Amino acid sequence: MGRAAAYPLLMALPTQPRLARDLHPVAWWTWAVGLAVAATLTTNPLLLAVLVATSALVVMARRSDHPWARSFRLYLLLGLMIVVIRVAFRIVFGGVAYGRVLVDLPTVPLPDWVAGVQLLGPITQEALLAGLYDGLRLAAIVVCVGAANSLANPKRLLASVPPALYEIGTALVVAVTVFPQLADSARRVRSAQALRGDASGRVGRLRRFLVPVLEDALERSLALAAGMDARGYGRSGAATRGQRWTTGILLLAALCGLCVGTYALLDHTAPRWLAVPLLVAGTVTAVVGLVSAGRRVERSRYRPDRWRPAEVAVAASGIAVGVAVWRLGRTEPLVVYPSLSEMPYLTVLVLAGALVGLLPAVVAPPPRQPIAPPLEVG
Amino acid sequence: MIELRDIRFAYADRPVLDGIDLTLEEGELVLVSGRTGVGKSTLLGVLTGLVPRFSGGTLTGDVLIDGVSVIDRPPRERAHVVGYVGQDPVAGFVTDTVEEELAYGMEQLGLPADTMRRRVEETLDLLGIADLRHRDLRTLSGGQQQRVAIGSVLTTHPRVLVLDEPTSALDPTAAEDVLATLTRLVHDLGLTVLLAEHRLERVVPFADRICLLTGDGGIVVDSPATVLATSPVVPPIIELGRAAGWAPLPLSVRDARRAARSLSLPPPEIADPPAGPSVLSARGLTVAHGRTVALDGVDLDLRSGHVTALMGRNGAGKSTLIWTLQGTQSRRSGTVAVGGADPGRLDAAGRRALVGLVPQTAADLLYLETVADECAAADAGASAPAGTCRSLLDRLVPGIDDTSHPRDLSEGQRLALALAIVLTARPRVVLLDEPTRGLDYTAKAGLARIVADLADDEHAVLVATHDVEFVATVADDVVVLADGQVVSSGPAREVVAASPSYAPQVTKILGPPWLRVDEVVAALEAT
Repeated sequence: MGRAAAYPLLMALPTQPRLARDLHPVAWWTWAVGLAVAATLTTNPLLLAVLVATSALVVMARRSDHPWARSFRLYLLLGLMIVVIRVAFRIVFGGVAYGRVLVDLPTVPLPDWVAGVQLLGPITQEALLAGLYDGLRLAAIVVCVGAANSLANPKRLLASVPPALYEIGTALVVAVTVFPQLADSARRVRSAQALRGDASGRVGRLRRFLVPVLEDALERSLALAAGMDARGYGRSGAATRGQRWTTGILLLAALCGLCVGTYALLDHTAPRWLAVPLLVAGTVTAVVGLVSAGRRVERSRYRPDRWRPAEVAVAASGIAVGVAVWRLGRTEPLVVYPSLSEMPYLTVLVLAGALVGLLPAVVAPPPRQPIAPPLEVG
Repeated sequence: MIELRDIRFAYADRPVLDGIDLTLEEGELVLVSGRTGVGKSTLLGVLTGLVPRFSGGTLTGDVLIDGVSVIDRPPRERAHVVGYVGQDPVAGFVTDTVEEELAYGMEQLGLPADTMRRRVEETLDLLGIADLRHRDLRTLSGGQQQRVAIGSVLTTHPRVLVLDEPTSALDPTAAEDVLATLTRLVHDLGLTVLLAEHRLERVVPFADRICLLTGDGGIVVDSPATVLATSPVVPPIIELGRAAGWAPLPLSVRDARRAARSLSLPPPEIADPPAGPSVLSARGLTVAHGRTVALDGVDLDLRSGHVTALMGRNGAGKSTLIWTLQGTQSRRSGTVAVGGADPGRLDAAGRRALVGLVPQTAADLLYLETVADECAAADAGASAPAGTCRSLLDRLVPGIDDTSHPRDLSEGQRLALALAIVLTARPRVVLLDEPTRGLDYTAKAGLARIVADLADDEHAVLVATHDVEFVATVADDVVVLADGQVVSSGPAREVVAASPSYAPQVTKILGPPWLRVDEVVAALEAT
């Protein structure tokens, strides 16, 4: 590698600021799921911390100002809570009877019928560490999902489902929208109910709150349904009876194949030929069925998100992290699953594998910023 | 061309439309008018296909669009010819941003991508909302939302646009914007528009024909001047024309002004309302929602026996002010005193006894199955003697059946029921938030009488409203809010006369100090 080889790379470096655009939501989710898979495959706290830091850094670098982008902090807090709870449980319920005792708490005597459960008792280093590692793993997964949620508009993700699933996608989008509205009307009704006298018991109070909220929700959904219908939602395509049957049978067969295949894969006593081949066959049938269903849909997409090199790079980096940790779990098990009695450590290879996940912070384009709305008063 | 032939529609026992024939020509704006509950929305729904699919009931007859019968087609199969905008635009939004909302209908029709792109741009320009394209729909103002809702059905290039009360929730300026947009569509694109509206004073000048539902299932369709000459629901300008005997009846303020030149009237007798003692006094109210300032140093006095109108555009802080005076909304600084007590420091029961509030959606207060139950619950809740609420209700609106369900009442009756429940706690101050929404002229006159009675009863009343004609009828004082601050306040006659968008029609025609039709009628009789 000489200077000559590095030169084109330098030339390719942008001299102008990069164009802002929103990355395809599926790319962000693939990346996040890759990281989350990596987190499930390890208990090394250092590696988990690297994964959490990676996703946090990418979120910092590439999130927008939209409301959903601000939720990342909540996921971090949730992760912290999970760790604390896991460790606390280990202390309260003890469980690990061996190892180095840190604090020797007395065991709380329990009646016979809860045999097998131990309250307090000596706290060992192993118990604490096992709780910590376990909690960290769960927290890392939650943070990865949170990262995807803050980077990609959840609604656009639902909107990019295949055409055959469009109706379900829209229903989900509407359901997602309804929740903030429900909270809104709940607040309104609560303050309105305070305006009239209150002589009812607890059931009565619940009723006087629920009745208007539910009536309101029902009226809103009817209005929305009427509006959507009037705008052409659910127009029937030009499918013949035969085509509908074909699609139906294909999807049913796919469902059966996937169920049996998954069962066989998880149950090791089932014959092996049932596992992977059926799973693959089921997936293929499902794809064919969806394509067949999608072909007769007359709908089109306005400015659909497109797959471009940046999307491929982001998705690939996530998959790479997942694959790398899975491979290293076989070649370097002591690093990926450290023993509870020794100090965990990282090798260069493991660190490098996890840090591939940082790539999106550079390769993904900066997000498009929404134009700031004027101050809302009222 | 759209034709409705012998349309008959009935709920199980009650006929609503009885043999209606209506033909809509290309490029005309037809206004559907009539009293509340005569079936205006039903008539619109027949055209869109939402009736009877979303309403129940039985429908017979035929609807023809360009000679093709569409009566058996569901609304979605009519989406490319009939565009529908409902009463509440927000309730009909499916997507997040303006641009996606405009494209939604076209996506359903499966239009090619480049056509969609072009039409979205055209529509953005046509409605003057190009600068809003990436905005979140929920952050837009009411007028902007209504224009986006209209735009979102225009992109499919329908032949006819059906609108149900498009301006009822809007302040006067936003309403004018929306109506100007509609007129432009009719003139420039040859679009047929069918719209229902209670506030005739806003729409009549733009209408080519009026379709008046007579209430017995029939309709009268003719030019506005002809229909309005005998219509039971008319805007003040027509009342004035009728009283003065002008023929033909002027429909626009401009025509009326010309006709009014021949009128010589003695100046009206302006009786100063009795200046009662101040009941509620607020000083320097400041309220912030997060970082946005909703109220900024507002001073307000409500006097006993006085009706004060609170005006201002959508989002100016009217509702916030009302809830702050009531005490539920916490304030950052400032004082509220009702007879020496601060409602903000009391519990809910204490507040109710000082300040009564009827919220924007009066139905939020109601939760029981019958009117009698609601009244009994209100008596028990306020520890008032049994029958207090019912007798209050009978004074407000006599003759409501004890066994009827609150949801089955008309808008005006439901409002009266909510008001009666609130008044059961005997507050001295009564606050009403947008009470005129969905009321026709008769119901509004009834409400005006109720409000005047409350004032005669030594209550101090504050009414937040967009309805300038209602303000002219009931208000002694007017307070105008803008951006959380009081921009003008004083006697109604002076404040509304000074502002072109808040002036009632009579003031626009005859100039100040004229405010109401009954003053002119009295003056005409005196001469």
